Amino acid sequence: MEKAEIRGEILDILSDIAPDEDLSNLKDDVSFREQMELDSMDFLDIVMELRKRHRVQIPEDEYGNLASMDSTVNYLEPKMRDL
Amino acid sequence: MSGLAAGIRLAHYDQKVCILERHYTIGGLNGFYRLGGRNYDVGLHAVTNYTPPGTKKGPLARLLRQLRFRWEDFELSPQVGSAVAFPGVRLRFNNNIDLLRSEIAAAFPSQRDNFEKLLGQLTDYDDLTQENFGGSARKFLAETISEPLLIEMLLCPLMWYGNAREDDMDFGQFCIMFRSIFLEGFARPYKGVRLILKHLVRRFRSLGGELKLRSGVASIRVDGDRAVGVTLDNGEHIEAKRILSSAGIIETQRLCEDVTEVTPQRAGQLTFIESISVLDKQPKEVGFGETIVFFNDSQKFDWRRPTSDLCDVRTGVICSPNNYLYPKEVGNLEDGIVRLTTIADFDRWQALDEAEYAKQKMWWYDRSVASAVRFIPDFRRHVIDTDVFTPKTIRRFTSHDNGAVYGAPDKQLDGTTHLKNLFLCGTDQGFVGIIGAIVSGISIANMHCLRDN
Repeated sequence: MEKAEIRGEILDILSDIAPDEDLSNLKDDVSFREQMELDSMDFLDIVMELRKRHRVQIPEDEYGNLASMDSTVNYLEPKMRDL
Repeated sequence: MSGLAAGIRLAHYDQKVCILERHYTIGGLNGFYRLGGRNYDVGLHAVTNYTPPGTKKGPLARLLRQLRFRWEDFELSPQVGSAVAFPGVRLRFNNNIDLLRSEIAAAFPSQRDNFEKLLGQLTDYDDLTQENFGGSARKFLAETISEPLLIEMLLCPLMWYGNAREDDMDFGQFCIMFRSIFLEGFARPYKGVRLILKHLVRRFRSLGGELKLRSGVASIRVDGDRAVGVTLDNGEHIEAKRILSSAGIIETQRLCEDVTEVTPQRAGQLTFIESISVLDKQPKEVGFGETIVFFNDSQKFDWRRPTSDLCDVRTGVICSPNNYLYPKEVGNLEDGIVRLTTIADFDRWQALDEAEYAKQKMWWYDRSVASAVRFIPDFRRHVIDTDVFTPKTIRRFTSHDNGAVYGAPDKQLDGTTHLKNLFLCGTDQGFVGIIGAIVSGISIANMHCLRDN
């Protein structure tokens, strides 16, 4: 997958997890927590949905990489390159 | 309910889940039943933790997100308004904290600023840990509120709606209940708890989850420090990688085949009788328009198992499921209903023979209602049907020791047990009520069953 596609997948997951949030103006370089009401359970769901939908495994000590859209896409690109 | 919620989370993430329920229907302490052609909720007076649609914070919003439900799915209609009634003082409250603020300012002018200070000191849900959970709620209140009667009046509804401990309340539990009742509020689906259960079951099954009714667990099979599966009442064996139990701390221990005697952790002591009176009118037509009234007939609120009689009628909760702001299209509930809850002693009720049991149910119905109508209009001449359930009924249908509706006083917040793959959810994990049960199931499933697979 290319970065743009990965970004689309993350937006898809976010709209599933937090359907009330307006994602149209999401800033990629700002952390998700600053732009949306996401708690630790929601972040767990991002990880779980990635595993469920794309079989991507993210170790718990690497959850911190999912802070913003930019950091998430950069982190996932090598993992999802061949998908 | 906590089991169903956990099941949904796990099934959604493709785990193979089987829910085993001893009874012939679902819901446990939050279930429902049918009698004389009418549907009754077992426990539902109100769904607490109510927040309106669009709210992003709080347990209701969280559970809706986690289970992928929309706010509209639970069809929650907010309360009309409730009250705490002590002799000479009545504090009204509703789903907006401003009403309680102004009532306190009027009844206890010296406490107006103290109450504000108290609001600022409540610990948020996510900041509660096993470490800061304990500690005395009474002591905490006394540090800020200098009028003892106000302390008693604030504690009354909070204890009634979720304190498993006698006399005092854990600080953590106090914060949770204060938020859920005073800062958030009450609501109810027109169709009652059945609606919520229906949604949960449907979702669970649609995700591939298996629900087996009339399938009580007789024992949990153990190998070393792990559970390996369960044996059902009918002798059937089911293997499992992980087990979640909502049966209660002690009840679960007792099921484990490696446990010969349960730990000294005392079972819950608080249980109730509850009467349901069906009226020939809507309750508001006989002058009772409030949703819930928590009453106490003296200045001091005693939250304790009765020591000298089957029940203690000095305090109680009066609830009318009619008095919610249902949408105009559905109108009023068909029957006028008044529910009355009274503290009871499990052992005394359990010891009665059949004839005496039936007699005492009627006797205590009369006495508890007589006590209640000192605080609300007398509805007695409008009653056309009644039902009373007792601690014995609760024990029979939920298997919780002593019919303890709020479970054991010492909760297991992290849900762990002596076995590595056996976890607790529900009442004894820490959260009570409908929202509490669902959040409990979600939290424990997240914490222990989803993180590393």
